[in-house]
Amino acid sequence: MTETPQWLDEEAGPVVRPYALIRGRTRSSGDMFDLIATVRVVDEPPGDAPSDLGPEQQTILRMARSPISVADVAADLDLPIGVVRVLLGDMRDHGLISVTSPSAARPRPSSGILKEVINGLRAL
Amino acid sequence: MDSGLSEDPVALKILIAGGFGVGKTTLVGSISEIKPLRTEEVLSERGIGVDDIDGVEAKTTTTVAMDFGRITIREGLVVYLFGTPGQERFWFMWDELSYGALGAVVIADTRRLTDCFPSVDYFEQRGTPFVVAVNCFDGAERHSVDDVRIALDLDDHVPVLLCDVRRRTSAKEVMVTLVEHSLRTLTAAG
Repeated sequence: MTETPQWLDEEAGPVVRPYALIRGRTRSSGDMFDLIATVRVVDEPPGDAPSDLGPEQQTILRMARSPISVADVAADLDLPIGVVRVLLGDMRDHGLISVTSPSAARPRPSSGILKEVINGLRAL
Repeated sequence: MDSGLSEDPVALKILIAGGFGVGKTTLVGSISEIKPLRTEEVLSERGIGVDDIDGVEAKTTTTVAMDFGRITIREGLVVYLFGTPGQERFWFMWDELSYGALGAVVIADTRRLTDCFPSVDYFEQRGTPFVVAVNCFDGAERHSVDDVRIALDLDDHVPVLLCDVRRRTSAKEVMVTLVEHSLRTLTAAG
């Protein structure tokens, strides 16, 4: 992330171990989020939504203003998938974001979609 | 910018498999914006003994890095590429990765053809559509597509093609061949 002080390079290792962000938990309601599930902010979060979000969760809220995949969130935050799933699971439980799995949205791609992909790949 | 009101985007997943050092990262990078993706996994029984974790009680985790690429076909239609970890001890991750995948590219190196046997077996057993892309490394002895097909004992319908994963046009051809194959498979399955 850009706010990382410059004297902390990659070799210094993480200042905060990733699992400290999620208070040592490795399990949450987000366990089963597909890597390509779509994350997006909820337009009107419930009134009892927590206001003390950590910086990572605030970043996720900004990222998810337009739909973004779970894998993209993890790659952009440079955090392991497992940590991101816990963060996302909490945020969903608090009604801040929605997470839609691709299979729920569309069980199987239509042949029309696949033809579009083929043409799109050729045009790259 | 779209607000959250837009329709759910269509996200498709393609796996890039093959032995260690066969060109998975290069292929993903040739055709997409590539980012590293980390996952911390609980070491499986199979991993124990590979890493020296004698005396460590309970389970331990290990960090696995995957290649992750995205190709935006248009707004709302994105293809994600995942380079599967090459080492066998990370196979437990494959089930998650391959769930709902549109298909897989198995990259083969004719100098070490046996390295891709496990990937071929895996996708055959799961019924995941796949193509075999023979990466033509500099100096590698050229084999015909038919030789590779016989050596891998592939079904006739599985596409095999020669490629150079460093070249974008070649990488594109591999991806197009796979999606066409997936389309045929889906259509045949009704």
